[in-house]
Amino acid sequence: MTVVALTRQNVVDFLYKEAKLLDEWKLKEWAALFTDDGTYKVPPIGKPEASPTESLFYVHDNRSRLQERAERLLKKEAHVEYPHSTTLRNYHNILVSGVESDVITVECNFTTHRTKREVLDTFVGKHKYEIVQQNGELAIKSKKVILNLDSLRPHGKISLIL
Amino acid sequence: MEELIRDNREKNEFLVHRSVFTDKEMLARERAEIFNKCWLFIGHETEVPEKGDYKRKKVGGRNLLLVHSQDGEIRALYNTCPHRGALVARENEGNSRVFRCFYHAWSFKNDGQLNGMPGKDGFPDDFNCDGEKDMKAVNRLESYRGFIFVNFDDQAISLDDYLGDAKEYIDLAADQSETGLEVLGGVQEYSVRANWKLLAENSVDLYHGMPTHKTYFDIKQAQDPGLKRVKLEGRGKDLGNGHAVMEYVAPWGRPVAQWTPIWSEDLKQDMEKMKEKLVERFGEERADRIANYNRNIIIFPNLVINDIMAITARTFYPSSPGYMEVSGYSLAPIGEDEEHRMARNNNFLEFLGPGGFATPDDNEALELCQEAYNNNEEVQWNDISKGMVRGEENAMATDELQMRSFWRQYKVRIEESMKKEVAQP
Ligand code: FES
Ligand SMILES: [Fe+2]
Repeated sequence: MTVVALTRQNVVDFLYKEAKLLDEWKLKEWAALFTDDGTYKVPPIGKPEASPTESLFYVHDNRSRLQERAERLLKKEAHVEYPHSTTLRNYHNILVSGVESDVITVECNFTTHRTKREVLDTFVGKHKYEIVQQNGELAIKSKKVILNLDSLRPHGKISLIL
Repeated sequence: MEELIRDNREKNEFLVHRSVFTDKEMLARERAEIFNKCWLFIGHETEVPEKGDYKRKKVGGRNLLLVHSQDGEIRALYNTCPHRGALVARENEGNSRVFRCFYHAWSFKNDGQLNGMPGKDGFPDDFNCDGEKDMKAVNRLESYRGFIFVNFDDQAISLDDYLGDAKEYIDLAADQSETGLEVLGGVQEYSVRANWKLLAENSVDLYHGMPTHKTYFDIKQAQDPGLKRVKLEGRGKDLGNGHAVMEYVAPWGRPVAQWTPIWSEDLKQDMEKMKEKLVERFGEERADRIANYNRNIIIFPNLVINDIMAITARTFYPSSPGYMEVSGYSLAPIGEDEEHRMARNNNFLEFLGPGGFATPDDNEALELCQEAYNNNEEVQWNDISKGMVRGEENAMATDELQMRSFWRQYKVRIEESMKKEVAQP
């Protein structure tokens, strides 16, 4: 296995690619960015370090669950996202650490807008990633979404992948 | 009086006038006749286990403070300063012996008693001798098996009488644990852009299960190759006072105690043991109900307890006819084994909550109803007749008896209000 020397820019480009896939509803391609043991989690609001046994998360996906999530959202019977909502994701203040280590950690702010039926909702918060190299490409080992909101009002749901 | 609910047993027809979902005056009447007079869920005892523990709660449009006072009693204080009104507790939760209003720094013991204020010499010696300047508590607070309710009507019947036949179904959930149930951290605070009664209906509606949640059942079938056909079968039951339940079998796993193929072999053995334990405690028949049957319960007007792939309680309140705030809780046995707890929570999140594979589709269904009520002028009635032809005592879980039970109680209460010119308590 060849391990290529990475730069911060490679990592940032990778994240932008992730955001673009999600905005374009290429959700299977999004799921394919994850390692075989990849996870996607949204802990309770205000408790980013909560334990998943003691607290109720919004999302606590292992690799197979995140695959199901992606595939479900592409179905016509995923009513909440049919027809698909229009989304726009921005990643800001991207902090990359450990570019040279096996596991690169990234923290960034995000703003995700979703509009459907002329109602616009905006999710804001922080993404935390663990990124590794796999077959010469970057892959997501974990993605944790920390919502910086008071509650899910008026959004009412996290039907999107954040 | 304009007729809002047509309950025609001869014709087997039950209709609800759609104005009840959109009319502002109706909401004022609901506040006066329903939310100001019924028992409303505020929280669970395990949310404030220690003396000094408190949690802010919105109930029936009020800002309350659920507090475990130093004298051991659990109270619901109105979170407003007796001086000039400011919100006293500003943290969502915590532990404190005193609450201090920041505006002019009056302070209160955690049972509400005024403790002191700056510039005492400006007040008479007998100031507050009648307790008028203490933080006021809701007069009626009662609980059943850890579920705490408040009632803003001092003349209300007891919670015990109010719950009536619904208690049996709360018991079936609570009896899953020998040590009692506890609320998990991270209560889900979300909303729906729809009328609150649509969520009451939806929570005891099995008829929508297959069409609305097909994607979830597709996943269940993929996980369990042995599952040939999704079966959702059981009974619907009116529990009186507007409460109702549906009790049915379903293809998902139940943490206590119906194993499902995505869970480990260890869990399978554990669940067999749990079932045996239940048989010892309650006998074969009741053990089978507890372990293998699902129950969605509506406690009139706005509490739902779903004992399904996990146990969830949700309560909701309208801030306008087309918008409600929802609080979603997860309940689980105290001291539950880690692996069991994780299986339970994964089961919960697969279906339930704002990030689940099902709840967001319910949310969408409700919002689409609300949006299309723009046509109310010309298209006026909802049909809730399913199963009437069978006779109400033979209702299946996929019938609409549960909703009719809710609406029949609603009708009684709203007709009371319609005799008055405007909404008034
Ligand atoms: S309003 Fe609270 S001390 Fe004045
Ligand atoms: Fe549903």
